[in-house]
Amino acid sequence: MADEKLLPMSEGLVAFITEWKKKPGNLIMVLHKVQEEYGYIAGEVAIEVSRMLEVPLAKIYGVATFYHLFTLKKPGKNKIAVCMGTACYLKGAQDLLDELDTILSCKAGEKTADDMFSVAGVRCIGCCGLAPVMTINGKVFGNVKREQLPDLLAPFQNAK
Amino acid sequence: MAYKNFALVCAGTGCHSTDGQEIYDNLIASAEKHGVSGDVQVVKTGCFGFCEQGPIVKVLPEESFYVKVKATDAEEIIAEHIVKGRAVDRLLYKEPGSKTAGKIEDMGFYQKQLRIVLRNCGLINPENIEEYIAREGYQALGKVLTEMTPEDVINELKTSALRGRGGAGFPTWMKWNFTKQVDGVDKKFVVCNADEGDPGAYMDRSTLEGDPHSVIEAMAIAARTIGADQGYIYIRAEYPLAIERLEIAMKQAREFGLLGDGILGTDFNFDIEIRLGAGAFVCGEETALLASIEGERGIPRPRPPFPAVKGLWGRPTLINNVETLANIPMIILKGGEWFASIGTKDSKGTKVFALTGKINNSGLIEVPMGTTLREIIYDIGGGIPNGKKFKAVQSGGPSGGMLTAEHLDTPIDYAGLQALGSMMGSGGLIVMDEDDCIVDVVRFYLEFAVDESCGKCSPCRIGGRKLLNIVERMTAGTATEKDIQNIEDISDAMKKASLCGLGQTTPNPTLSLLRYFKDEMLAHVKDSTCPAGKCKDLVKYTIDAEKCIGCTLCARRCPVGCISGGKRELHVIDQDACIKCGECFTACKFDAVLKG
Repeated sequence: MADEKLLPMSEGLVAFITEWKKKPGNLIMVLHKVQEEYGYIAGEVAIEVSRMLEVPLAKIYGVATFYHLFTLKKPGKNKIAVCMGTACYLKGAQDLLDELDTILSCKAGEKTADDMFSVAGVRCIGCCGLAPVMTINGKVFGNVKREQLPDLLAPFQNAK
Repeated sequence: MAYKNFALVCAGTGCHSTDGQEIYDNLIASAEKHGVSGDVQVVKTGCFGFCEQGPIVKVLPEESFYVKVKATDAEEIIAEHIVKGRAVDRLLYKEPGSKTAGKIEDMGFYQKQLRIVLRNCGLINPENIEEYIAREGYQALGKVLTEMTPEDVINELKTSALRGRGGAGFPTWMKWNFTKQVDGVDKKFVVCNADEGDPGAYMDRSTLEGDPHSVIEAMAIAARTIGADQGYIYIRAEYPLAIERLEIAMKQAREFGLLGDGILGTDFNFDIEIRLGAGAFVCGEETALLASIEGERGIPRPRPPFPAVKGLWGRPTLINNVETLANIPMIILKGGEWFASIGTKDSKGTKVFALTGKINNSGLIEVPMGTTLREIIYDIGGGIPNGKKFKAVQSGGPSGGMLTAEHLDTPIDYAGLQALGSMMGSGGLIVMDEDDCIVDVVRFYLEFAVDESCGKCSPCRIGGRKLLNIVERMTAGTATEKDIQNIEDISDAMKKASLCGLGQTTPNPTLSLLRYFKDEMLAHVKDSTCPAGKCKDLVKYTIDAEKCIGCTLCARRCPVGCISGGKRELHVIDQDACIKCGECFTACKFDAVLKG
């Protein structure tokens, strides 16, 4: 492949990788940083990381696909996560996912056609006292009821 | 400057994410507005445990326990309580059935608790090392560095009979001793396992958020004892608040000379690095965890060699879980005998549980080993909501088993739980009521375990999938009796032949189903019915001709338009088109929609 500049990497990210390159076992920490910056592990960025860390691209793919938290697909503009821990499941988390599918036509693990939302069923986020819990762009909503979903989503839908 | 009052604001994840920060900011702003900033100190603390009632604000010295506080209530707390000295009655916690607020020590939720691990949670500001030091913090490390030999420390742990709190319950002193005894290596490591992946459990998160220094101090004690100078905390990336508090705590410890080179003026050097997990349950298994710290896929390897001999980068490594470590400073200060005086014959000390599910007082609790389930569920937990009947409690998460009403008086300890086919696990206690279908819950756990199997060994990879297929057939009403026989054979193979704890324990929930809920399971298999009405494929909604008045509400609510009937006419559900969402059942005001 030609040596052209791929996706622009911020100075912060380059500095982070340079710093961590000195430490053993750095790959997962670097991938976290990449995902923090882009929202996902983009193929072009993974190639760049592979060059900088001198780690085979196949290994990066192997690690990124092993862990649930890493995603290779670009998420929607607003990220909805429904906690699928046991307490939330017992208190109706599956109903929330079903209702989101009805409202947004978007199943868990997918994003809406207009890229506005992505929906995910996630591992326990540890707010079991508030079950069922969902987060929208990191903000936690507890004791969520199915009927509340349209109101919860409204501010994000209007922000087009 | 002496403060008259202290307002403690819970800043654990639960409360913090629902207005905790705004309450804190508003309290400070209101105090300034009323000119009482010098009278009241507003402090962010760790979790009070009573998450059901959060966000919580506690005002000292009156010990007023304000619950379900909103950001807009801050003004009233300052104006009434701090300025005028009158408690805000409408926000005070009142026991169910009582009209007046009692003292905190009389609250049912706290009465049977004994807090060793959570000793500082909800009392100190976790972001201020001086508050930890004021509560005897780092004194145990000082004692270990100046008065005790490594052998003394191990003997103290042996006397205490502390066992690992992460799941398996291995004696802590033996782990320390094995790692200490390895000679002739250039480096050893101490690792704190904070990869709390059990869904429905948050003991370790709360400990790290509420009292991070207790874990840092214990890691330093461990390092001194086994001869290590480097530590790692492996923590779930899903816990941003705990990570932030740990980073602050480590920075402050370095500034105070409690981490780094020449700790407390001795020749002892030790520092800690944080490594993030990335959502893999199997990484709670120690060899998988080590692989993950090394930046690899988190796949377990056969033991021996144990990590105590060959661990991180091939060096001897001591791995302890958060709760185990948080006990250590207290054992050093108060002595192993004190610790061993608490608990039962084979299980000493206390255990922290995350009490969740169908329970009135859901939250984080710490009780002496040997406390019965009845005390936990009814005295502390306040029983089951809405007058429903208790059905089961799952301990040990996806690796554990279920306990039923007949086990309510069993004292909880390692041996007791194991005898009942469950396990202590990390401390999740999930309560289920009569509305929950155990077959469906088992399916949920199996789905989790299959998703989390790393795929390395076939008993776990294939066995888990096979079990899931069987239980899925049960929830769909297509399972046969041959399937039941197969469960036992598959489970047996998985328990014997899986490489790590994940595969060995995956069959546990299914075996609980066989052991304690056979009737419910047989109803699914033989009669294709779900007694709890949870399994959608087995549920049928019909309309009672006697009760239906033809109000059309159900027909209007039905998302797929499968209910026919005009005004004041009997309505009928088209069974072929029905998606069993239950909207009609919830909507009907005349109990005319029947589920069964």
